Amino acid sequence: MTSTEQIQERLEQEYEAGFVTDVEQEFAPPGLSEDIIRFISDKKNEPEWLLDYRLKSYRQWLKMETPEWAKVKFPEIDYQASSYYAAPKEGPKSLDEVDPEILETFEKLGIPLHERAALAGVAVDAVFDSVSVATTFKGKLGEMGVIFCSFSEAVVEHPELIKKYLGSVVPSTDNFFAALNAAVFTDGSFVYIPKGVRCPMELSTYFRINAANTGQFERTLIIADEGSHVSYLEGCTAPMRDENQLHAAVVELVAHKDAEIKYSTVQNWYPGNKDGLGGIFNFVTKRGICEGANSKISWTQVETGSAITWKYPSCILKGDNSVGEFFSVAISNNYQQADTGTKMIHLGKNTRSTIISKGITAGHGQQTYRGQVRIGKNASGSRNYTQCDSLLLGDSCGAHTIPYIEVKNRSSTVEHEATTSKIGEDQLFYCRQRGLSEEDAVNLIVNGFCKQVLKQLPMEFAVEAQKLLEVSLEGAVG
Amino acid sequence: MLSIRNLHASADGKSILKGINLEIAAGEIHAIMGPNGSGKSTLSHVLAGRDGYEITEGEVIFDGESLLEKKPEARAQAGVFLAFQYPVELPGVNNVYFLKAALNAIRKSRGEDPLDAMDFMKLAREKAKLVEMDGDLLKRSVNTGFSGGEKKRNEIFQMAVLEPKLCILDETDSGLDIDALATVSKGVNALRDPGRSMLIITHYQRLLDYIVPDVVHVLVDGKIAKTGTKELAKELEANGYAEFQGKSAS
Ligand SMILES: Nc1ncnc2c1ncn2[C@@H]1O[C@H](COP(=O)(O)OP(=O)(O)O)[C@@H](O)[C@H]1O
Ligand SMILES: [Mg+2]
Repeated sequence: MTSTEQIQERLEQEYEAGFVTDVEQEFAPPGLSEDIIRFISDKKNEPEWLLDYRLKSYRQWLKMETPEWAKVKFPEIDYQASSYYAAPKEGPKSLDEVDPEILETFEKLGIPLHERAALAGVAVDAVFDSVSVATTFKGKLGEMGVIFCSFSEAVVEHPELIKKYLGSVVPSTDNFFAALNAAVFTDGSFVYIPKGVRCPMELSTYFRINAANTGQFERTLIIADEGSHVSYLEGCTAPMRDENQLHAAVVELVAHKDAEIKYSTVQNWYPGNKDGLGGIFNFVTKRGICEGANSKISWTQVETGSAITWKYPSCILKGDNSVGEFFSVAISNNYQQADTGTKMIHLGKNTRSTIISKGITAGHGQQTYRGQVRIGKNASGSRNYTQCDSLLLGDSCGAHTIPYIEVKNRSSTVEHEATTSKIGEDQLFYCRQRGLSEEDAVNLIVNGFCKQVLKQLPMEFAVEAQKLLEVSLEGAVG
Repeated sequence: MLSIRNLHASADGKSILKGINLEIAAGEIHAIMGPNGSGKSTLSHVLAGRDGYEITEGEVIFDGESLLEKKPEARAQAGVFLAFQYPVELPGVNNVYFLKAALNAIRKSRGEDPLDAMDFMKLAREKAKLVEMDGDLLKRSVNTGFSGGEKKRNEIFQMAVLEPKLCILDETDSGLDIDALATVSKGVNALRDPGRSMLIITHYQRLLDYIVPDVVHVLVDGKIAKTGTKELAKELEANGYAEFQGKSAS
């Protein structure tokens, strides 16, 4: 076998999370209309004001156009073709009532939901298509005043918090996909950390798309009150299908004075097959505001999945001395396309931001880093450091770096470094000469390349993320 | 142990090795000397299995088996080690982690159990001492930001840990000052063993004052122009390669 054939074989490796769970589900009829939005709102027993919010967003969305500035190509999405609500029949009341098929699904994905089996120190909210099916360790967290529940539940249980913060960071008019989400969002997580509390566990949400011909519209809101601290992680997977499915999420983070939010993502949506057939279209708006002085928001993402990734987790550094961070590893293999990066908007004095982006492209993958750093007139003494590295595996892929930098005062500094390198023949040969297989050599080199970012992940997930990088890329050299 | 027969190799259509014959018995140290561009590194790359060379004629038998069909990692696992003329940097890849992965890959190919982190560290420290390598270098990324001398020392350290049967040293002396040359040579000499052969490639004779070879070959224009004892190296140092270069051109 030639090494090209071996490489091909590795690349054709199955997507491990690609199975379908056979459960009875209830769907909204396909299509998008005010009636469908009423249907969703009704299913979730929402108050009138939230239905109004959805309808208003929908009417705005109708007037908006699909953004075309990103460097991704995809066929026009028919928003009337898929269903906007899919949920297992018989919504469970407690963990014991969750359909065993669903528990098994999460178990198979490495997310046991029974607390005795759960990862120590990690509380999980499990979202299956349009609904949260279980949230673990709610009781234990509740004792400290930490609220961790599904978004739908928060709407009913904590309407005052939802009303205050929903859309406060990402307004429904923000962009086309954010408006769509505001109209039809189904579930996601809600987190509130009270003043002075250091959340004792990692919080995590696991998103699973299961049903065919549906989109998933996740909505997550995390609020860290003064002096509090929380580390949150989300993971995502979907079955292998020939049709594209849409995931349009909105995540909002609010960090008050002296608070810190660390938000990590391990995104492993189905990426499509080796010929570019199928896969998730991942159009996501994530933004956090450092509302109070000395607050900090840190985004870490490992993006290995999705046919298309369109995602720019951002920080608005409003409080003086606040800190924003963005650490990213993105892989585009086969025909995957990613246009991802961040925005750091410095408004407060002495605000600091760090951007470390590591892009890896292989096969026919295309990847763009798009990052904006804006330092406002009043943000004196502010600093940004951006480092943006691309690693190419093979000759048919492409990497692009598009920074937008705007500094409106004289006492601030912005530093930008960018490199593009090809995985070296000499590096591979060196590793193989020491006895390592070509696959192990690639993994080693890629992991080394991503180290700065991977070390930011909570320990519980670092190993998983590393494995994921390996399956996403094994042998992808040529 | 190693038998090279009528080896011809070319790269990008250019013929570089033009019929090399070489027999190295177990435990022997052979030196190959030659002017720049004579094909010394090419020979080491062809033996180690680097892509990009076409073998147009000849064969190489290592330990009773034909070597040239094997992948580079299979050759390494069989006991071929190349200390690179230009060791490669692997940013972000921890030196100890790298070497442990390499050793365990080799052990696995032999059906041996992997060494755990503790046993490996013990071995690594012991070998680092042998080549007088600074413990700090163990913790850093492979060769990244190492000085020329540190890189070369790291190669010999890896060699000490992997305990190969055939060590090919490609200009290990270049870039070393005299003190570093002495310590690196001490490390290499410590690895001399009746079961281990070495092929020392060098441009200068001075390395051979420290690592004394059994046989010296002169490589000129892709062919072995002369074979002799260590005295031959001294002659070359005095007279240069001019004599041979004239000969091979005729
Ligand atoms: N990949 C290659 N393509 C073309 N020519 C090469 C290649 N590699 C080496 N050469 C040439 O072959 C000759 C021998 O090179 P090398 O083996 O590096 O010599 P040495 O190590 O003895 O200095 C040189 O003329 C060099 O330019
Ligand atoms: Mg050379």
